[in-house]
Amino acid sequence: MSMIKMDDVLETINMIKEENLDIRTTTMGISLYDCVCDDDDRFAQKVYDKITTSAKDLVKVGCDIEKEYGIPIINKRVSVTPLSMVGGAISPEGYIKAAKAMDRAAAEVGINFIGGFGALVQKGMSQSACKLISVIPEALAETKMVCSSVNVASTKAGINMNAIIEMGSVIKRTAYLTKDEGSIGCAKLVVFANVPEDNPFVAGAFHGVGEAERVINVGVSGPGVVASAIKRAGNCDLLELAEIIKKTAFKITRMGQLVAKEAAKRLGVEFGIVDLSLAPTPAVGDSVAHILEGMGLESVGACGTTACLAMLNDAVKKGGVMASSSVGGLSGAFIPVSEDAGMIDAVRKGALSLEKLEAMTAVCSVGLDMIAVPGDTPEAVICGLIADEISIGVANTKTTAVRVIPVHGKGVGEEIDFGGLLGVAPIMPISPYSPKEFILRGGRIPAPIHSLKN
Amino acid sequence: MKAVITVVGRDSTGIIAKVSGKCSEYSVNIIDISQSVIEEYFTMMMVADIDKCTIDYKDFVDIMNDMGRENGLEIHMMHEDIFNSMHKI
Repeated sequence: MSMIKMDDVLETINMIKEENLDIRTTTMGISLYDCVCDDDDRFAQKVYDKITTSAKDLVKVGCDIEKEYGIPIINKRVSVTPLSMVGGAISPEGYIKAAKAMDRAAAEVGINFIGGFGALVQKGMSQSACKLISVIPEALAETKMVCSSVNVASTKAGINMNAIIEMGSVIKRTAYLTKDEGSIGCAKLVVFANVPEDNPFVAGAFHGVGEAERVINVGVSGPGVVASAIKRAGNCDLLELAEIIKKTAFKITRMGQLVAKEAAKRLGVEFGIVDLSLAPTPAVGDSVAHILEGMGLESVGACGTTACLAMLNDAVKKGGVMASSSVGGLSGAFIPVSEDAGMIDAVRKGALSLEKLEAMTAVCSVGLDMIAVPGDTPEAVICGLIADEISIGVANTKTTAVRVIPVHGKGVGEEIDFGGLLGVAPIMPISPYSPKEFILRGGRIPAPIHSLKN
Repeated sequence: MKAVITVVGRDSTGIIAKVSGKCSEYSVNIIDISQSVIEEYFTMMMVADIDKCTIDYKDFVDIMNDMGRENGLEIHMMHEDIFNSMHKI
């Protein structure tokens, strides 16, 4: 008898067919260091050429592996060096041209998103970053697949409030410029604290400064697999439940590791990391909220949600870490509202508030993700929301982020349907009280102390 | 490379013959085979060596999938490494 057991085979096939197990993304990171240039048009051309030559086989290899291994690879994507690091000598218009070049390159190689139109400004803003940030709204409005991220804080540097003020304005302008498509530009824009430099997931993906020339990072998924395992476990105690989640995360991650190594080998580039995230989609059976509800909550958002999520997140990491030789990226449970059927339901019925979501982000991956708020939310309130979320990351030495969509022309009680993976976002109420005076003080919130912990 | 072929469906006469016939037609060597029928459901797993397969592996996958559809069977082909990595430490 073969070493392969029938039970294992059937379990795996069931995970893929019934429980939506998949490789969520295979992302090629590409360095743009050699694209530095002081001419707008030549810079855009160099960026285009670098991406199209580096990633020309990415989709083909992804599809080949998908078929040979029998495992779905949903997205193939590219991340590049934050553009502000290589575009210092070009004009703001040059940055828009470069964004369009990225968009064309993405279409040429057949991917669905490309990340890296961004800047790292946690401590201060270079002229180059300033120029790039000033044209993010235009860049996102005039492209389809380009994603932008800006890191405004880190535990070591503190919080750059000036950058947050800028981003408040950028988000509002992006919402306005893309108002005909439900302010979709904001769905492609993330504000980070402690951003990971090897994250394969958009919209926050970029190719970090200390990365190799080219690298393959893989993001696994599988909320449905975890939810089913919990369901099968029935009435067990929390220690047992944690074990079940760990074992499931191990299996999911091993598959990610296998695909990542194989893809890297075939593309002749370095294997970077496996990102152990539970990434939901709006599809039924692919929800992180439903895992939490399977663990025993009547609805996500109920008291107990934070504890439940903390345990889930920890168990996923513990199981995944052993399964991969190199773990990185965001690695944890994602809780985007619009991209998760269970989250959408909880918001619709009033069980899940913005404030509860903020608390949840203290113990899981990412942050306030894919949250729609009224289109008339003042800039200062958006800045306050960002500052709050970013503080959680800085104080807790973790990544947090904000991807908020002030949907132009819409208010609480309405919804916005982005379609596809981005899903449906109910517009959530947000505190109308103003943090304006605090925010407009500007400057920087100093880095937090890491002793005297309480 | 070895592939794991699984066949699941309502039991009928000649399922193994059909699947193994296709394997033989394209020089895919069956190394191991196990099957069971639970109630009227037929489940079979084959481990096959596809190194000498006379057509591209991906085309062979398509042929097997088509045959499955025509006969009301679910046929999956996966690289054995998937199982080795997921279920063994």
